[in-house]
Amino acid sequence: MANALQQLINGLTLGAVYGLIAIGYTMVYGIIGMINFAHGDIYMVSAFIAVTAFTILAAADITSIPLALTLVLLVSMLFTAAYGWSVERIAYRPLRGSTRLAPLISAIGMSIFLQNMVQVTQGARVKPIPPVIEGGFDLWHADGFTVHLAYSQLLIVVVTVALMAGFTWLITRTSFGRQQRACEQDRTMTALLGIDVDRTISLTFMLGAVLAAVAGVMVTVYYGVIDFYIGFVAGIKAFTAAVLGGVGSLPGAMLGGLLIGLIESFWAAYLSPEYKDVATFAILILVLMFRPSGLLGRPEVEKV
Amino acid sequence: MTAVFNLEHAPTWPERLKDAAWIAFVALLLGIPMIGLVTVDEGGKLVLQTRWPLLAVFVALSFAGRLLLAYLGDLWKRRRRTAETALPGVRAARGWTGVLGWAMIGLAAALPLAFGDNRYVIDTLTTVLIYVMLGWGLNVVVGLAGLLDLGYVAFYAVGAYTYALLATHFGWGFWEALPVAGAAAALFGILLGWPTLRLRGDYLAIVTLGFGEIIRLVLVNWTDLTGGPNGIASIPRPSFFGLPFKPPTDDGPATFAQFFGLEYSPHHRLIFLYYLILVLALLTNLFVLRLRKLPIGRAWEAMREDEIACKALGINVTNVKLSAFALGAMLGGLAGVFFAARQGFISPESFVFTESAIILAIVVLGGMGSQFGVVLAALVLVLLPELGRNFAEYRMLLFGAAMILIMIWKPGGLLAHRAPTLRAPVAAKETA
Repeated sequence: MANALQQLINGLTLGAVYGLIAIGYTMVYGIIGMINFAHGDIYMVSAFIAVTAFTILAAADITSIPLALTLVLLVSMLFTAAYGWSVERIAYRPLRGSTRLAPLISAIGMSIFLQNMVQVTQGARVKPIPPVIEGGFDLWHADGFTVHLAYSQLLIVVVTVALMAGFTWLITRTSFGRQQRACEQDRTMTALLGIDVDRTISLTFMLGAVLAAVAGVMVTVYYGVIDFYIGFVAGIKAFTAAVLGGVGSLPGAMLGGLLIGLIESFWAAYLSPEYKDVATFAILILVLMFRPSGLLGRPEVEKV
Repeated sequence: MTAVFNLEHAPTWPERLKDAAWIAFVALLLGIPMIGLVTVDEGGKLVLQTRWPLLAVFVALSFAGRLLLAYLGDLWKRRRRTAETALPGVRAARGWTGVLGWAMIGLAAALPLAFGDNRYVIDTLTTVLIYVMLGWGLNVVVGLAGLLDLGYVAFYAVGAYTYALLATHFGWGFWEALPVAGAAAALFGILLGWPTLRLRGDYLAIVTLGFGEIIRLVLVNWTDLTGGPNGIASIPRPSFFGLPFKPPTDDGPATFAQFFGLEYSPHHRLIFLYYLILVLALLTNLFVLRLRKLPIGRAWEAMREDEIACKALGINVTNVKLSAFALGAMLGGLAGVFFAARQGFISPESFVFTESAIILAIVVLGGMGSQFGVVLAALVLVLLPELGRNFAEYRMLLFGAAMILIMIWKPGGLLAHRAPTLRAPVAAKETA
């Protein structure tokens, strides 16, 4: 029982991170109908930016944790947004209106490029940082097992919830949100109504990158160690989360993320840790077989 | 879409400079955390180092590159406007690829005669041919049937491991294992194809990617069977119709060199392997070319163009898809058997996602559906990094950049040849 509660906490933490990345996939898919294959690597880049930022702050002797975290988040969001913008500009925009395969290939190329760029410029070794937030609550003692809630886990969940609230507001209540949703429905019509579609798509990529940046910072804080390869697996899992929740649906992406996180934690704890990734991929295949529109998605109807 | 609003208007120089300055600013943003700053591990603690001069060079290059690109783009647009009246040379292309194809086969067959004692050349060309064969196999799935497969390397792995297991546990030879491994890979192809029948495009791509990862993770974790990350070693090499390639011994069975009265040389086996993969690849090519002319091949191409129309015409899409997956997988499996036999050692390391991406890149960069394009792309993608061995760490970086640039430059591939094998005269104008 205590173990299950612990896994619930771990799973929710992990799921919040997946959910944040999944939103980037779902938004980009919603607006241009394509998977942003380089999204996982954007998340990886943001984690590296976070490590650099933490190192600078440590060198500058800034010890206040809230201040340091805010600064790192802002810096990471800013620079990662530039990466999101560039990915769209280089790998997607020149190929808009081309075959479906062409942007996918260029995005895979971008993913390989980003991974190797980080490897070349920042080194292939893992980057450890000293723990930023230490300690936590001991929630419950039972059968020789202590349920532990680390402050960093609490932070991840709180930041994610706050971000989701802000994001929902952005999409449902603001002018940009309306433009973004209009582009999702019909790009040509939106353009005819005088909305700058290119700008909206760029901003969508940047927003996705910003959320990935938050995920990257959170993971850096949580695990304290990163390498240039983390983007690949996290990317696939987040994509699975997006599909599970229903591609195009923002609450769906979050729900999918949480479910994937929980499944992964429980699988690793009770069945076999080696095959936890296999479980995720198997879920992806099963969902697509039996409910291709996901839990909260609308079924796609193809018109002839 | 945007073309509706972009009235043709050549940008002036101040606009150009502003644009380039903006790009330089973005380059600065991109460069600061990656190029300008670097964290270095010093005694278990990260220490910050700066590389501002390098960053300055990067930003300056972006600025100049943007201006140059805009200028070249102008030139190109002007030239294209004059050239647009010329007829597209789709028909003509088929003639010269035929001749060139035969010339290349001749060249490939003659190469070992010229470079017979150069181990490096033969080895590299064998690698190229493996990728050509994989490319041709994947071409069935992606190029002909239009099903995007990002986990093709899984079938390659299935073929390789089937042979390795059969050979090390049961003492099977290369030739006996070849059909069995092909069948095993085809079975896996159907296994993958079955759940994904309803999917298309990007969804299919991700599921196939997941499938490829599942296979790799099983190979890594099922230590009893596959040896886990250590892989399987001492896989027997193929023999020349029962004649092994070994230094001659007095009492043992006759070796290849003894039988033909030749001086023993370790190059014999390399050359034999080269010819073996050449023959396998050419058989693959012949097989695929013939399939394209059969009803099943026509059905693949029809399904690629329009799945709903296919169903309306009474084509059984399920069978068509599964056959494409199965045949593509079989060809990948055969290539895998050869790979295992050539290396003598396999491990999950050889079957990572990057391999799938490279094979897919070969198919797409070559121009989907074009058999000749695959050869061209395999040559480019295998030889380019090979030329850059001296700066090895930049290989994959250049590879990724090349994938993006070639796609932007020619979204249809180097030899855009998506036209159906069979087509009505009217359709020719539309697809061209």
